[in-house]
Amino acid sequence: MKTKPGSRLRLAHRQTLREAHFDSIGHRKAPRVGTPCQSVLKLMTMNTQAPAPLLLSMRSMNKAFAGIPALSNASLEVGPGEVHALIGQNGAGKSTMIKVLTGYIGRDSGEMIFDGGAFEARSPQDAQRKGISTIYQEINLVPFRSITENICLGRESRRYGLLDWREMHEEARTLLARFKINVDVRKPLLRFNTATQQMVAIARAIGFKAKLVIMDEPTSSLDEREVSVLFDVIRQLKAEGVSVVFVSHKLDELYEVCDRVTIMRDGRTVRVTDMASITKLELVASMLGRDVSQVAKSSTAFGDRHGRIGDVVLEAKNLNAGHKVHDVSFSVRRGEIAGFAGLLGSGRTETARLVFGADAKKTGALSLDGAALEPNEPVDAIRAGIGFTPEDRKAEGIVPDMAVAENLTLALMPQLSKAGIVDEAKQRAVVEKFIKRLGVKCSGPDQKIRELSGGNQQKVLLARWLAMNPKLLILDEPTRGIDVGAKAEIQSLIKELADQGLSVLMISSELEEVLEGSDRVFVLREGKNVAEFSHAEATESAVMTAMAHGESLIHEESAS
Amino acid sequence: MSQAQTQPQPTAAAAPARGDTYALIMRYSTLGALVLLIVFNVLFTRNFVSWRVLDVNLTQVAATVIVGVGMTLVIATGGIDLSVGSLMAISGAIAPIIFMNKVFHIGEIHVAVGVAMIGGILLAGAFGWFNGWLITRFRIQPIIATLVLFIAGRGIAQVMTNGDLQPFKLDTFQWVGLGRVFEPQGSALGGFRGIPDQVVIMLILVAAAAWMLKRSVFGRQILAIGGNERAARLAGVPVAQVKRWVYCISGLCAGLAGLVVIAINSSSDANQVGLNAELDAIAAVAVGGTLLSGGRATVVGTLIGALIIQLVRYTMLANGIPDDVAQLAKAALIIAAVWLQSQGRN
Repeated sequence: MKTKPGSRLRLAHRQTLREAHFDSIGHRKAPRVGTPCQSVLKLMTMNTQAPAPLLLSMRSMNKAFAGIPALSNASLEVGPGEVHALIGQNGAGKSTMIKVLTGYIGRDSGEMIFDGGAFEARSPQDAQRKGISTIYQEINLVPFRSITENICLGRESRRYGLLDWREMHEEARTLLARFKINVDVRKPLLRFNTATQQMVAIARAIGFKAKLVIMDEPTSSLDEREVSVLFDVIRQLKAEGVSVVFVSHKLDELYEVCDRVTIMRDGRTVRVTDMASITKLELVASMLGRDVSQVAKSSTAFGDRHGRIGDVVLEAKNLNAGHKVHDVSFSVRRGEIAGFAGLLGSGRTETARLVFGADAKKTGALSLDGAALEPNEPVDAIRAGIGFTPEDRKAEGIVPDMAVAENLTLALMPQLSKAGIVDEAKQRAVVEKFIKRLGVKCSGPDQKIRELSGGNQQKVLLARWLAMNPKLLILDEPTRGIDVGAKAEIQSLIKELADQGLSVLMISSELEEVLEGSDRVFVLREGKNVAEFSHAEATESAVMTAMAHGESLIHEESAS
Repeated sequence: MSQAQTQPQPTAAAAPARGDTYALIMRYSTLGALVLLIVFNVLFTRNFVSWRVLDVNLTQVAATVIVGVGMTLVIATGGIDLSVGSLMAISGAIAPIIFMNKVFHIGEIHVAVGVAMIGGILLAGAFGWFNGWLITRFRIQPIIATLVLFIAGRGIAQVMTNGDLQPFKLDTFQWVGLGRVFEPQGSALGGFRGIPDQVVIMLILVAAAAWMLKRSVFGRQILAIGGNERAARLAGVPVAQVKRWVYCISGLCAGLAGLVVIAINSSSDANQVGLNAELDAIAAVAVGGTLLSGGRATVVGTLIGALIIQLVRYTMLANGIPDDVAQLAKAALIIAAVWLQSQGRN
């Protein structure tokens, strides 16, 4: 699917487009922004390659938390109508940069110029009024209210002191129509899928006449079709002269929509360049601060498998639950990583939750090590020796206000207590052992888990299960939203565990991860188990075809 | 926030993160307020430094704090218990019925009082368990589920007593509200008359609950549920079971507080016992620094919170300000406490 020559061609084509676009902006679009060209020209920095006046310029930004610098002399510059990628590992300073810009937190020093004047936002709402809208990873809308209300919230049309619903519905419809979305805007938001909700968030941003839209990992909860719709929207915004700052961990996406990229590391801006003039490998190397040769080998850290695969540990037969899971059967053997591939809504998570007892199955049989398994509640599955790290770490994984130690030992309480009293010494020993073993970066076992980066939180959640020495570990999107470095560590950890005989069921939306990591791949589509591949058979095209069409159509695909 | 992790940090000398500053303010703001209040009174209120004043203030808060201990645990799970006042009335109604031998005859008065007290507390605890059952079995919001007994509970108490006032004079029972430990023989130094039993009960309860919250698996589970219920369930915490126990404990505490109140009054009036007790307890919990959304709780804070509220009222009354105005001060305190909490959560 993603052949090298093809992508290069596309990149070259995009570059010409971009140049043409900047030309047109320089002469035609700039007045719309309402800024005299000359005054903005002064603000341009020497190393900026874009031949256009800047919309946003953040320079020499500094910010420290409790004496630890989060930003040191960082900069970010975005031209009008430009889609600008902002990348870096977790903790590199991307989100601090965005939070400072949108007035979520203050800065220690630094200069911010937006739309031709000094910029200062007191709050994200204030920033929105001044033309900078932010769309977060988790959608911040009101689920029970209609699409119209969500789009118009805070700037409702009034007529004779009453709300003018007709006008507001019309406005919502027009805004969404720009993105070729045709829905009943009177229906509550929660009735629509994530992609539509995201579009509503974007429409809301545009409705506020945003000149700059910041998207913080907008694609992490979207499937591939939805991502392509989002990209169309971004291109549309661009064509209308709106700038976009695009934060993502998925490198392929950056090449697809972004013009330029700012790479951050350790609170500094380490590189600013045209997207077309940097290779994926160089991007990763810059983010990690390493040589290109070091990262050249593999795109995931799974590498070759050495473990010996044994007998069946988990056997699931004809699982059914609601309309999300239909007759799904699969098995996981000792020391095996079984992968679940499929699009969003294909029933992967739902199936896994049945095994863990998080949701109730209607029919079907489960067995673990030959013994029947009937988990009514997660605690039953845990007692049987199953661990589960959920897809949404924040909502279902961590207890944010609790310490690393308490989060790590939450499932292990029965073993770490006597007569209901926690054995502190025993707990400390376990916690320290696993912090060390998994390389969790924290100031100590007593640090609150919410202060940790995503990757380190995930390590703590893995440790929660490893500490009880499970028979089966279910990992739902184990590396989602985690920076490149920690991702590689977690992947190689999973591999190492499997090599030592642990059975793993891994769900991932990243094809590379499933394909390279799994000994067997089960493909789910619309709640049905449609295909099974061995590691050798699981090629990208075969699995994707199964995900899309429900059966393996390798030959037809290559013929056409 | 996550930026802190990119820096190599020595594990021993942990640098305080942003949240800690807030926690520090939160922890010491309530204690600081109490100290300030005491200092103010020592300077400006006449006769403040005396055993009698201490006695009055501690006696006044005891019932609120006893209810507040259970309320703190409930709020720590992210819930609320509106029924405690009515449960106090129920326990306050059933106990005299038993020890005054109205239903069945128990000859030995000590046994009768014992049965009455345990019966009152257990009955209130059973109703508390019922709250928890409603909440976990039918997934009813705690505020609605406990509203049921808030309304019905007082009615039950009135039906039990036919709406009659039950007066009594029985030292065997009234020690719980009027008795004292370390009572000196004859006249003692500075008018010291011993420590009221209800204050002793209150302190033991606070200490036990604080220790339980910090050291026991149950306490850990309570805080995990309040902090993130879905995550707690997926980590094997028996959410429903823990919640039922917590509401049961809240009921038991209310039952005990009901006994203290009727012992002080030498009578039980189903209309009056525990009136507004739920609001006083919630106020004490809030002022004490327990997070009202759950996940972070301090039982000692609740004690301090109740003392602050009581002392503000006392200060105003002692300095000639009418009680109506003192109520306003209580409201202001709650607003200040909730505002402080919101500052830490943005």
